[in-house]
Amino acid sequence: MSKKEYSFYPGCSSQKAASASNYQTSVNSMCDVLDIQLNEIPDWNCCSASIGYAGGGELPRLALSARNMALSEQAHAGQDIVATCAACWLATRETKERLLHDEALMKETNEALAAGGLKVEANQDIRHMVEVLIEDFGYDELGKHVQKPLEGIKIAGYVGCQTNRPFGIAGESFENPKYLDKLVETLGAEPVENYDKKVSCCGGALAFSEPEKSQALIKDIIESAYDGGAEMIVTPCPVCQLNVEAYQDNINAKYKTKFSMPVVYYSQLMSVAYGKSGKEAGLDGQLIAAKKLEDIAGK
Amino acid sequence: MSNMNQAMVEKYRNDFLKEVKANVEEGDWVQMCMQCGVCSGSCPFGPYWDHPPQELFMMIRAGKREEVLSSNSMWMCTSCYNCIARCPRELPITHIMHGLAHYADRLGLAPKEQPTRKFANRFWDNLVKKGRVNELKLGVSLYFMNGFIEGIKTAMAAAPLGMGMMKAKRLSPMEYFGGHGVKDSKGLDAILKKARQIEDEKIAKYNS
Amino acid sequence: MAEDIKIGAYICQGCGIGERVDTAQLAQVAQRDAKANIVKEHPFLCNAEGVKMIQDDIDNEGVNRVAICACSRRAKTDAFSFDNVAITRANLREGVIWIRPDTDEARETTQEMAEDYVRMAVTETKYMSLPTGDEETKYTPNLLVVGGGVSGMTAAIEAAKAGYSVAIIEKTGALGGAAANSWKRIPQRGPYADPEDTGVDALISEIEANDKITVHLNSTITKTSGAPGRFSVDITTESGSTVTENFGAIVQASGYKEYDASQLPEFGYGKSANVVTQAELDAMAKEANGAPLKTKDGKDVTSVAFIQCVGQRSDKEGHLPYCSGHCCSTSIKQAMYFKDANPDIDTNVIYTDLRTPGAGGEDFYRSGQRKGITFTKGEVSEVVESGGSLEVKFRDLILAEDTSEKVDLVVLATGQVANAGVNIEEVDQDEPGQFTVNVDSILNMDYRQGKDLPQLKYGFSDSHFICFPYETRRTGIYATGPVRRPMDMQQAIEDATGAAMKAIQAIENAAKGRAAHPRSGDLSFPHFRREGCTQCKRCTVECPFGAIDEDEQRFPVFNEERCRRCGTCMGACPVRVISFENYSVDSVGQQLKIVDIPDEFDEKPRILALACENDAYPALDMAAMNKVEYSAFVRVIPVRCLGSVNLIWITDALNSGYDGVVLMGCQKGENYQCHFVKGSEIAHIRMSKVDDTLQSLSLEPERVSVHEVAITDIERAPGIINEMAETIEKIGMSPFKF
Repeated sequence: MSKKEYSFYPGCSSQKAASASNYQTSVNSMCDVLDIQLNEIPDWNCCSASIGYAGGGELPRLALSARNMALSEQAHAGQDIVATCAACWLATRETKERLLHDEALMKETNEALAAGGLKVEANQDIRHMVEVLIEDFGYDELGKHVQKPLEGIKIAGYVGCQTNRPFGIAGESFENPKYLDKLVETLGAEPVENYDKKVSCCGGALAFSEPEKSQALIKDIIESAYDGGAEMIVTPCPVCQLNVEAYQDNINAKYKTKFSMPVVYYSQLMSVAYGKSGKEAGLDGQLIAAKKLEDIAGK
Repeated sequence: MSNMNQAMVEKYRNDFLKEVKANVEEGDWVQMCMQCGVCSGSCPFGPYWDHPPQELFMMIRAGKREEVLSSNSMWMCTSCYNCIARCPRELPITHIMHGLAHYADRLGLAPKEQPTRKFANRFWDNLVKKGRVNELKLGVSLYFMNGFIEGIKTAMAAAPLGMGMMKAKRLSPMEYFGGHGVKDSKGLDAILKKARQIEDEKIAKYNS
Repeated sequence: MAEDIKIGAYICQGCGIGERVDTAQLAQVAQRDAKANIVKEHPFLCNAEGVKMIQDDIDNEGVNRVAICACSRRAKTDAFSFDNVAITRANLREGVIWIRPDTDEARETTQEMAEDYVRMAVTETKYMSLPTGDEETKYTPNLLVVGGGVSGMTAAIEAAKAGYSVAIIEKTGALGGAAANSWKRIPQRGPYADPEDTGVDALISEIEANDKITVHLNSTITKTSGAPGRFSVDITTESGSTVTENFGAIVQASGYKEYDASQLPEFGYGKSANVVTQAELDAMAKEANGAPLKTKDGKDVTSVAFIQCVGQRSDKEGHLPYCSGHCCSTSIKQAMYFKDANPDIDTNVIYTDLRTPGAGGEDFYRSGQRKGITFTKGEVSEVVESGGSLEVKFRDLILAEDTSEKVDLVVLATGQVANAGVNIEEVDQDEPGQFTVNVDSILNMDYRQGKDLPQLKYGFSDSHFICFPYETRRTGIYATGPVRRPMDMQQAIEDATGAAMKAIQAIENAAKGRAAHPRSGDLSFPHFRREGCTQCKRCTVECPFGAIDEDEQRFPVFNEERCRRCGTCMGACPVRVISFENYSVDSVGQQLKIVDIPDEFDEKPRILALACENDAYPALDMAAMNKVEYSAFVRVIPVRCLGSVNLIWITDALNSGYDGVVLMGCQKGENYQCHFVKGSEIAHIRMSKVDDTLQSLSLEPERVSVHEVAITDIERAPGIINEMAETIEKIGMSPFKF
């Protein structure tokens, strides 16, 4: 297949020394194998995620994403915008839909953008990296690059919320999306069937402001993975990854559990299966080491 | 007192609904709720809401302005979009909750000590400073949002996690001094100011 | 029965019958025991060759009775259909081999079962003759429509379009009915967003322009007599002049009246002029003709509360227990009268459950919400006048608090009450030969069983809301519109179209001497032997369809065109003088008698099962398809309805040495599933008296059991048979084996 190019929106958490920097490392390795070129949107800004609403009103928040879209239209005309972060993707895609469906909003947004010398048309598709993999490549093509099948690992596909609702991945259901399971299978590992917390919320940004309530949700997500026999959780979302991985000590202390469940990104699984090193797959960024992946990567 | 009487007379009279429609993000949709309660049953934080979404919608129709805007409830939204996905009337409930929270905060009616209100404001302040979120500064400000002594305690409790994140190179103390940001912060600033100004003018126009 | 009977018995070996039973032996039984004239076996009876073999015998050998010993009478009906001969079936497949295990131990009892069914089928043919049909039929392509509202006008127009002439009788001085007093109607077309013109004027002009339709205004019916195909109706005008006309069928579209709101003082009706009913509000709107609506004291209306379910869906004394179906949409429509005129008028619909039936109901509801109508889930306790306006006190069921709203106008959604005439269960009937007009009656029928249509529930005239809409319990008379069940205008239009079609079917079938429904096409009808009759009146009383009148000497008078051929009269007759040509006391009685009853010490009991052909018998067939086994000791005879079961069959069976009798009919009572409405219920009542018979024979009461069986009871129906087999094992064999 020939090289594919996308206008890339990395998002705050993927930056160097930020919470999902290892996600970015593995995405780079994965794209290297698949011959994907990610053209970073010049001077992109934060999307305000789904928590910026207290300080930011509707229009300022839309303006943030509209600015990114305007910059992308300028620099990478004709390319789809691709985001790896669920919140970045969602905020940008929502902005596009709202602008296209509401003329008044489009007008006001452009009025605001004009103050910074920009103009948005909302004419580029806004896609999550997972969509690119499934729709532009497909499981068969993705499987062809596997050099080290992830044999013998049972993995729970934790889809979470924002890559799943309200838009989701085409062809998947809200209540039981299967794409992570199919991807896990493609890479030679075994998916957990009927993982009943697959699309449950981890608390999102409220893990910071309502830690106890959120950790109760996270506990159920991990427990359900254990119940299904999982040795590892895979997710497409940086907030899911952080919340589910980082609070296991707190949960163990409070609930007298003994959780030690590695939580990785799909791109890390792919990088390892594609023969990349542990470092290239960002495995050194795990708080809870993904031993089995490290073993395969080290072979 | 006269205000109270006014409120009594205006029950079920749509005055507050009209205000919500004009000033709250996606507020137009509030009248479309058919009170099935699927949203409330689908919310991961459901048990913690004083008034679940469908109840808030009814309160708006019944004219309970103060009660709605000073409520803790919409601040419980985790933005999981489950309610949106399931609402048979296709109401953008998540956005309405964000909109109500914002409007309440803008009017100064939101509960001051609501932790998500504080965090969400800090998040916004953090991002507008440089155009990108600085996770360390956000974290530190979060730990101290309940005051210095509480903050030390929270920070100490979170210290092992912070150390782990640093070891994994997913958090850097250097971020506290400078860190990432957009280059054209002036342009971004101007855009956000203009957007805010347009919104302020609209609300002022409705209230006049 | 003058003609010679020549019986052909045909035994199929296909579908495994040949492997499981000895068909040569069956052939011998047919010939030797049952005396069939011609007996043939065939490896595949339902194929063209097998069918031709039978047809050849009919054509060349003079066979006029055919016993098909193959599969269930419900299978292969197209193949085994021969003209001008009486046909019976021995159910060897579903009734024998499919419900028995294929084992060596079972072989003997399976064979016995098959032999009995062959004996029974051949015997049955001897007691059957070909139905000749009603020879005194009339073709009267003329329809009477009672009521000139939307339902009646629609039925008239539809029937006229199909080529029938129609007369409409309308009590008032104008066509239009309740709809004529409405300003707009609930929308019937997409996008279902706004109220529509009622369409009443268009219907009236269509009727006036149609020369197939005549209209009698200011008229009522003072007498209805006859039957489908030959109804004779006296139409009397206000001034007293009467004409008599003949009709083939009748559609009753007598509509509804609003529930009397003055029975609900708590809602302020009658106390304040600004509390009105839905019908009154529509009349106000029609009067205003588009101008803003005013309160009764002449002020502009700024706020309105619509209170739903007023005196409805309530189990309080005097309230309507049911939902009237249209009121929620009607309130939305009426709130739009205000919102469309001035969006600043506040309209609040207070409901407990909002129900907007119909394809566009939900869209209409949304449209109302979009227009700013407030919908409040709440329960109103009281409406009081306070300071020049009305205070509606209610409990908000979402906010769980008692609250109130002040409004200028209150609209009460009271429900629909059927204009069904007199309740025949409650008024005295005329003596035979005498007739008096009842001014409260709508049809003034001279039927033995009363002047108006029997009511199903809550005063509505129907026989089954789901299974048999329009088909009242009087053949040829079809109820439609809100007299049948509560409904809105769109439903009434659809309903009236259906009723017109049913009426046309009745006219056409009556002309051919056939049953209209549910045994459509059946040419048989009950005959009675006058000289044996004791004038006991049981048949006239028990007929579920009022088909039988009495003459002045109290002998029954059968009206074939009204009959639905269920046989309930035959089951009722204590002296057994009523029979059909192809279904009689003998055609069943002789079957059960020919069954071979083994000696008491053989340990082979015999159970007689009489199973309703509509539900229980198909349930047993389906059990067979699912390979559900049941006792080899049972002999099942299908009956038209459990109501046709004559007690003599039970007595005969017990006297002949059967050890148990099982009766399987349909669900009875309030949620009945009986095709003939009352058949199963009547049978249950009759059978409650069977204990006397058992006692006189010194038999245990457990030997006879009656059951309600649904068509879906494919496990339960065989279970009932097996239970009886177990009971017999416990209490022992019958001593009446000779």
